[in-house]
Amino acid sequence: MDTERCTVVVSVNGVRYEREVEPRLLLSDFIRHELRLAGTHVGCEHGVCGACTVLFDAEPVRSCLMFAAQANGHEIMTVEGLAPAADRLHPLQEAMHAAHGLQCGYCTPGILMTLVAFLKDNPRPDEAQIRAAISGNLCRCTGYQHIVDAVMRSVA
Amino acid sequence: MSTRYFGAPIPRNEDRRLLSGQALFVDDVELPGLLHAAFLRSSIAHARIRRIDVTTARKRAGVVAIYTAADLGDYWRPGPLLVPPPPIAGLMFNQRTQVPLAKDKIRHVGEPLAIVLAENRYLAEDALADIEVEVEPLPAVVDLENALSESAARVHGDVAGNIAARAHQRKGDYAAAAAKADHVIRRRFRYDRGASNPIETRGIVASWDARAGHLTVWDTTQAPVFLRNGLAGMLGLSERQVRVIAPFVGGAFGPKIMLFYPEEVVLPWVAIKLNRPVKWIEDRLEHFFATTQERGQIHDAEMALTRDGKILGVKDTFLHDTGAYDPYGLTVPINSQCTLLGPYVVPNYESSFTAVFTNKPAVTPYRGAGRQHGVFVIERLLDIAARELGIDRAEIRRRNFIPPEAFPYNNEIIYQDFAPLEYDSGNYGPVLDKALDMLGYERFVTEEQRRLRAEGRHVGVGIVCYVEGTGIGPYEGAKIQVQANGKVSLVTGIGTQGQGHYTSFAQIVADRLGVDVRDVDVVTGDTDQFYWGAGTFASRGAVVAGNAVNAAATVVREKILRLAAEHFECAEEDLVLADGAVAIAGVPGKSIRLGELALKANPMRGAVRPGTEPGLEATQYFGPPRGATANGVHAMIVELDPDTFVLTINKYVVVHDCGTVINPLILAGQVHGGVAQGIGNAFYEQLVFDDQAQLLNASLADYLLPTALDVPRVELGHTVTPSPLNPLGIKGAGEAGAIPVGPLFAQAIEDALGLPAQGVELLEIPLSPNRLWELVMKGR
Repeated sequence: MDTERCTVVVSVNGVRYEREVEPRLLLSDFIRHELRLAGTHVGCEHGVCGACTVLFDAEPVRSCLMFAAQANGHEIMTVEGLAPAADRLHPLQEAMHAAHGLQCGYCTPGILMTLVAFLKDNPRPDEAQIRAAISGNLCRCTGYQHIVDAVMRSVA
Repeated sequence: MSTRYFGAPIPRNEDRRLLSGQALFVDDVELPGLLHAAFLRSSIAHARIRRIDVTTARKRAGVVAIYTAADLGDYWRPGPLLVPPPPIAGLMFNQRTQVPLAKDKIRHVGEPLAIVLAENRYLAEDALADIEVEVEPLPAVVDLENALSESAARVHGDVAGNIAARAHQRKGDYAAAAAKADHVIRRRFRYDRGASNPIETRGIVASWDARAGHLTVWDTTQAPVFLRNGLAGMLGLSERQVRVIAPFVGGAFGPKIMLFYPEEVVLPWVAIKLNRPVKWIEDRLEHFFATTQERGQIHDAEMALTRDGKILGVKDTFLHDTGAYDPYGLTVPINSQCTLLGPYVVPNYESSFTAVFTNKPAVTPYRGAGRQHGVFVIERLLDIAARELGIDRAEIRRRNFIPPEAFPYNNEIIYQDFAPLEYDSGNYGPVLDKALDMLGYERFVTEEQRRLRAEGRHVGVGIVCYVEGTGIGPYEGAKIQVQANGKVSLVTGIGTQGQGHYTSFAQIVADRLGVDVRDVDVVTGDTDQFYWGAGTFASRGAVVAGNAVNAAATVVREKILRLAAEHFECAEEDLVLADGAVAIAGVPGKSIRLGELALKANPMRGAVRPGTEPGLEATQYFGPPRGATANGVHAMIVELDPDTFVLTINKYVVVHDCGTVINPLILAGQVHGGVAQGIGNAFYEQLVFDDQAQLLNASLADYLLPTALDVPRVELGHTVTPSPLNPLGIKGAGEAGAIPVGPLFAQAIEDALGLPAQGVELLEIPLSPNRLWELVMKGR
């Protein structure tokens, strides 16, 4: 057994964490099981479904395709960091609620993180652009229509 | 009763937790001392096991234990039969259910051979590579027809011809009808396998409290109560010693109703044996082998008609691929058999099927549960009839509709719930009219299509109808309790996987009790909260549990009125329930909060009248006599690229009648999602097995789920024909979107490419650009 460990110092949602981890530990597992931020979900572990998407230095990445060690010295934002306060939701979260943009809610954190980054660069997208933006996130419940409606509502 | 919430498109109570990452899913359960499991799975489909040696693997640091079938001792036994065959005369059924760990024989790729328990999942998976397995490979049984031959290998050594079941049902006399028919159509239809692929795979956490003698299992199941009961029986515990929690579940779609999966049997046993909590989360690769699948059938069907397109009878003989085991009985093929009849008068029907064992993962219901196949066969037969008889495709359907005055309509055969297949209510004509209108059918076929074709574009239209059996028994229950803080607690035994139960059930309660819908706190899927129930399947949650909720809320309302009338010394008729309080109408100041009234209903001292029940609480159950039948029409306009066969959906319309609607927003979501899965099934998704029953596309990079670019905007229309079988008039809607999409694609693509003129008919699903190219080339 490889007992080599490495130190990861990372900022997640503005909180600094320092952990000793195996070099092979996936960033997704690190976030979920080491930091206990279980809002980031794992759907395929081969980078297709997008459920594990987090913001890595403000860019959306699939945390199942990175090692925790690669996050050393970087800033991460997860779904837990989206809402501005405990009793308030981010406008995109509010819009997803209003438009019924989620059913089982398992893919939702990845979709939110993908869209938050997308909307920062594209504040007034049309439907085709929204669909392209989430085409790397698989949802098996909604057929995407209400997600698209939610985004359009949030930018209206 | 005011209906402030019932029928309103209100957003969901459960969203906040899900949107903020606070909802608990099974893999989020973390416990002190948690062990992690990995399963060694067979890489070969069919083999005799010679030897499994775990000695080396056990020596790995971090590995706590490894078990094979031999270690399970008397605990090793085949799983239960979940659904016995219905009482159909002459039915033959060979029960061969899945086993916890393969003992002597391997029957499909991915079947578990051993479980490794280690301090983390990485270490557990490392150890898998150290396990030595020696097997004697056997020829794999893959093809349904070959499986039946004398010389075929046997999936189960004692089952000749790999025949899992045979059943025959009939009404009338098809042969006589065919003899006097003007026109008879015969075709062979194929429908191939797909996988449900919820974004959350399956998962289990089991924890044994040795001091309390109590087992807790978190499981992604759709049937927590059955799981609790079964585990207690297997482990020699009483039911109260086992608590099963199905927390938030990330999509299910049927395969999570299956039990007992091998992992569900083994994990609790390990937790007790090692006295440590243990977790297993299925990875996506495992999901393609370890979770049940659906859809392999071959139908030889014929339809007898008059020259004006009236159906005289249908005869269908089909093979059903049940995979390596048949724990779910005959639900899927019976659904195929029954759903084939659709919304049509079929005076004579003869249907027989043979279920066949193959060396592939077991087949159990997946959204639609066999209904797709039946709809595919009848709708395609009608398409061919329309073409050959020169009748418009919509018109031939309309001519055969069961008329509205014919309900209840008895189809004279037995359905999956063992009750006669009797449609409770329906009015099919207006559904079709509305769909044609929304699609702009007349204008499209008479003007637009001609114009576009003249421009060289390949556009086509499809229209299909279906009837869906929903809301079957046996029963569900609900318990409602007014809390001292004024909130209302509602618990029910079914699990929830995204259907919005936290909201739709709360809507029913909120209206009955005059409280804010957000003040109804719903708990589902925890056997310690609600003891009884069957589960979430067959589009039955809203119908069966919803009506139990309504019954319980009605009793609590009566209790509130009775107690408040005593409190105010007034007549019950003078009271109103609103805004979380009960008040005397028109008398200011005469009002009491429900929470305060709940406290009064639970006195700490003094005497109560004999027979008094404490609290503002009621538990009620509801079981329908048989299922309620929803129906609908899907219609679409497509365009195909004639060179690449890439398909674009220009318009997609669904008109649906599921009786009384609780929440149109949630209903729309259910239909949209169903359509998306139907589109996947029709055009993108196919499990490809080679001649050794090896799955060739077991990843989401190779097995294509539809994305936001593949699923169109769905235009949704409703008609409402309430069900007479339950007080709320509800019919189920969970599967409706997925059921008729296959024949819709086949019809529209044929039309767009003008295939019949080229001698090509689309008689199979799934289709794909590749497959279309092959079929078109074959025709040339």
